[in-house]
This record gives sequence, structure tokens and C-alpha cells, in this order.
Amino acid sequence: MNVPADLRYAPSHEWVRTEADGSLLVGITDFAQEALGDLVYIELPVVGRQYAAGAVIAVVESVKAASDIYAPLAGEVLAINEALKDAPEALNRDAFSAWLFRLKPANAAELGALLDAAAYQAQIEAQK
Amino acid sequence: MLKRTPLFDLHHAAGARLVDFGGWEMPLHYGSQLEEHQAVRTHCGVFDVSHMRVLDLTGPGSLPFLRTLLANDAGRLLPGQALYSCMLQDDGGVVDDLIVYRRAPADAYRLVVNAATAARDLAWMQRQQALFAALAAPGGATAFALQPQENLALIAVQGPGAARCLAQALPALAAPAQALAPFYAVEVGEVFVARTGYTGEDGFELALPAAQAAQTWRALVDAQAAPCGLGARDTLRLEAGMNLYGSDMDETVSPLESGLGWTVDLRSARAFIGREVLEQQRRDPDLRQLLGLKLLGRGVLRSHQAVDTAFGPGQITSGSVGPTVGTSIALARLPAGVGAGDEVSVQLRSGPAPALVVRPPFVRRGKVLV
Repeated sequence: MNVPADLRYAPSHEWVRTEADGSLLVGITDFAQEALGDLVYIELPVVGRQYAAGAVIAVVESVKAASDIYAPLAGEVLAINEALKDAPEALNRDAFSAWLFRLKPANAAELGALLDAAAYQAQIEAQK
Repeated sequence: MLKRTPLFDLHHAAGARLVDFGGWEMPLHYGSQLEEHQAVRTHCGVFDVSHMRVLDLTGPGSLPFLRTLLANDAGRLLPGQALYSCMLQDDGGVVDDLIVYRRAPADAYRLVVNAATAARDLAWMQRQQALFAALAAPGGATAFALQPQENLALIAVQGPGAARCLAQALPALAAPAQALAPFYAVEVGEVFVARTGYTGEDGFELALPAAQAAQTWRALVDAQAAPCGLGARDTLRLEAGMNLYGSDMDETVSPLESGLGWTVDLRSARAFIGREVLEQQRRDPDLRQLLGLKLLGRGVLRSHQAVDTAFGPGQITSGSVGPTVGTSIALARLPAGVGAGDEVSVQLRSGPAPALVVRPPFVRRGKVLV
């Protein structure tokens, strides 16, 4: 199971990548996409809206079920990956490239509360 | 401990995602159920359906018994022919749906029943067998044996390329299989081949000794049949307008409330279990009905979602993505009065959404009909 070392992770299976400009790209992990199965619809957040940490910020729907995606930190949505709407299967194919939205964190220090790769790896091992 | 079919090791080696289905550890998919669905609609897929149970009846009482047991009339069957039927309780509720085959030798029938209900079906049939024997006129030909077959594997080969795949993989079956009309079966050596299926495409269902299962599966895969799991099996059968026991009907509803009136044969005076209730229901103008829904817009219709119609509330019994249709589809139990072409509202997770009522099937032989 792929768990890139340079990302941070929420226990609810979102990954976070810090960009050079301090903004954060957020997606869902390989573990999550495999559990969900073939994805058919993705609902992305509203650009410009503020979300609290833990708020439902997106929804992914697979053949099996719909699943809420939670904001890993509080922040404002700067951009969304529109192309995913027409090709949700891209998320199954490469979960760590298929970013869902870009977030401007309200408090970048909150990143420290997320799991590092080793801790997330341990979590998903325990879940198997 | 979940039960495993003779093909379990092959599924595991192929990287299948395995799930519990009716107490059996079965492949949900081998990577992408949407790709598997597509493979069946465009060329050929192969399914392990060995979790389903085979019951053989032999003896002169077999046919008279089946004619009382089943809502459809097994007496209509020609040798080699198959029939889809419900088996009912006295109150008209559905115990299970099944296929019955009349085999070539006299007084020999084969039933294939669902995995999750097999134990209950057998207990029901044994009880009915005892009643049948007790009520039989003395000297009548009523004896029969009911034998579950525990040493068979069941493999389905489905798709427009199924005959070609089968011929290439199992040359001894090529000519007899090709010659089969739909809903007919033939036995070639130890292999029982039926031109039946659960996908709406051409195809075959094979019953063969468990010891031959792995080599047969491998030969079919080598002949370009794509391994397909239960996920694709469900989206294919839903598009084909075929009911799933446990979702679209169960013991609390009759075939008439489940879109299965066409499987009930009331043409003769044949007495069968549940007949009286069905005759009453046929005269009921308020009897609920099962119809298809096509979602107009984004989202996925799912079991148990509430449907709002001009004639009152209904409920989705099976819903899913319809990969070939291109939108989400469902079967729903709706009030009398609703008809194909009506627009209704479904309560999705995200809120109410409009859907079109359609008469199933949604897809037949690869062609979208709705």
C-alpha cells in the first residue's frame, strides 16, 4: 500500500501536501480509494468558502456508497480540481496525484497535529 | 468461517477483493467492477457462481411435486428446457426465485437456488415433500428423491463473445453449446451447459465437477474471458431488469408486487402453493408494483431510498450506477397508478432529485432501451 513519506495524513484518510507558496493540496489516500471501489461522482467545495477543521468539505460517491471528505485543517478553498468531475476514475488510478482542492490554512501550525507517513501506515495496517 | 468455492485460490491469486456474500467468501471485483461490467457488454466475462446451490429431483413424483411447489408451470417444459420461477409460501410471499431445468432422462429435474436462502429452501422443500407424500392417492406415482449436489462448481460465461470463448476454451462443448436455444440446456460428459444468465447478454452457465473447476476457469481466461466479480454481476443484472432476491422481493411480498407476474402461470387449474392469494391480489386495484427508475441528473439511486409519486410514497428496492445506461438506475416498489413516463422524486443523500419511471429492462444485448 502506497503511503508517500512527504505527505501528512488525517485519520479519516485525507492526505495533505504543502506547496511552495504555503497553500495545501488535499486528496484521499490509496487506502481510501481501494476501500471505496470505482468512483463515479465527486462533489467539490465552493471556491472562496471557509471551512472549519473536520467539516464536511467534499463528497465522493462510488458504486458502493457515498463518502464524506473532511477538511483536515481549517482554511479557505483557493481552487478545486474541476477535471476530476468528468474523470472520477482518475482518483482510483492515482490517488496521490488526483488532488481534490487547494486550501489556504487558517493556521499552518495545525499541520503538526496530522499524522506523518509512519503513523498513517501503522493506522491502516491495524485496520486490515 | 466463511465458505469457499473450488475457485477460491484462483480468485485470491488474481488479487480479487473478497467479501462475505451469503456466508461465502466471494470476489467483489478483480480491480475495477466498472471495467468488468464493460467487458461483459462488449465481449465476454467469466463469473464464479458456485455459491449458488444445485438440487436434483429424480423419480416419477418430481414433476407433480414441482407443479404444486412452483408458481410457474414446470409441466410446460420440453426436455432440455429451463424455466424461471418463484417458490411461494401459502400467503403468496416469495421463498426464493430459481431456475428449473428438465433434464434429458425421464423424471429428472435440476433446480438452481440462491446461496443465502439455500438452507431455508431445502428445509421448505423437504417439508412440502412430506406433505405431498402424505396427501398422495394410494398407488399414484408420487415418489421422488430430492438431492442437493455438493460436488459441483458453477461457472457463468456471459457476453456477445461467450460462445466463441467457450468454443475456444472447451472445444468438446463448442458444437452442443452453439446449438442451444436460449433457456435450453444440454449435458456433455460431466458438464451441464445451459444457455441462461443473469446479465441480459448471450451466455452460458456451466455446472461441472468441482475437480475440473480450476482448469476450466483458466481455459476460459486464456480464451480472453475477463474474470468478473459480484459487483459487476449486480450492475449487469440491474440493467437487464432482473430481480435480486432479498432486495427486490422477499417472503413479505408476492411476485405480483415484484414485477414477476409474468413468471406466474394461472392458465390451467393447477393447484400450487400460494395460488389463492395471487388470485385475490390480481383483483386488487391498489396492489403495489415494481417498476424501473432512471435518475435525471447526477448521483446514485440506492436501496431503501424514499420515492415520492403523485399516487403516494414508494421505495427503491435495488439501485446502482448503470454503467452502460450512463445514469443511475433502480427498481422501485411503487403505488398502483404510477406508470412508465411519469416523473417522480427520489430522496437521495444530498436531497430530492427527479427520476423517470421506465419499464425494465434498461439494457438488452448491449443496447440501451431507456
